[in-house]
Amino acid sequence: MAQSHHTTDHSDHVGHAPAHHEASLTAYFVVFFALMVFTVLTVAASRVNLGVWNTPLALAIAVTKAVMVILWFMHVIHSPRMTWIVIISSFLWLGVMFVLIFSDYLTRAFNIF
Amino acid sequence: MSDVTLHHGAEHAAEPHAHAHHHPFLQHHFEDLGQQHEASTLGMWMFLATEILFFGGFFLAYTVYRNMYPEAWAAGAHHQNWMVGTINTIVLIGSSLSMALAVYGAQTAKRKFTTLMLVLTLLLGGVFLGVKAYEYSIHIEEGLFPGSHFTYVHHADPSLTRGIELFMVFYFGMTGMHALHMVIGFGLLLYFIRRAWRGDFGEEYYSPIEIMGLYWHFVDIVWIFLFPLLYLIHGGA
Repeated sequence: MAQSHHTTDHSDHVGHAPAHHEASLTAYFVVFFALMVFTVLTVAASRVNLGVWNTPLALAIAVTKAVMVILWFMHVIHSPRMTWIVIISSFLWLGVMFVLIFSDYLTRAFNIF
Repeated sequence: MSDVTLHHGAEHAAEPHAHAHHHPFLQHHFEDLGQQHEASTLGMWMFLATEILFFGGFFLAYTVYRNMYPEAWAAGAHHQNWMVGTINTIVLIGSSLSMALAVYGAQTAKRKFTTLMLVLTLLLGGVFLGVKAYEYSIHIEEGLFPGSHFTYVHHADPSLTRGIELFMVFYFGMTGMHALHMVIGFGLLLYFIRRAWRGDFGEEYYSPIEIMGLYWHFVDIVWIFLFPLLYLIHGGA
């Protein structure tokens, strides 16, 4: 866990400081630049008719952007495994909700008006 | 986790009065700031798990109705100004960068830099909401606000009008809930600007700023999905 990353205590060091990896500024700017590129890409892709592939492509780009934000801006890449479990299970529950509801609604014809 | 606690327990046993001079922001029920940091980060992610499911419900209903009225959804999204949406996306991602830099500033005990980055985050968030308000005013002027004020008629195909109204329900609901989260974020930012300026944060203690960052980035992620789904639906799909 995070404590294992600690270096030796200094004499005036009370307890442990939170384990933090010196978040590199370069990583933040690289991620920001990539997010900008993907934003332009998603807008550009929406101007072209790709038939049924427009939405999957837009969602794939959005997922990529979200993963970059989660891993680097939200520091999950350096987070303890317990945090990973919470994050992965929350998306798992979201998946369960989507799959079960869609298996009903998207497989039959509903019409309200 | 239990072995970690035991380990620290043993360490402190040799030093019974260790807690007498602990860090001013170390809560008494934690062994040390590292444990406190891990617990608060984990707690924030638990909260964000509920937020993921909360917004997930919106995305779920959006998809169900989009599947029922694909043409109306495309027409409704086509009516949005994608250029304004793009600018706002860039502004919001920029605010995420400044938020990440504020956390970095807190970790490295750069008091002025942290405060400045938090103020910048607040300003960029303000620009985002200002643009959003401008978009809302145009929609309302066009009679696109759902309910009794809905006077918009889609002349190209009037049969799509009611479907477009439904699209606008999701548009206002989802962007409105997103905007509400940003307003709450403003309150948090103001509080942390004061604390950062006062010099509360440093190498040992920066968890609150880190958690503020988690919240702000989450709100950014919601927008990353809202933007293509509300502005960029292609008419062909």
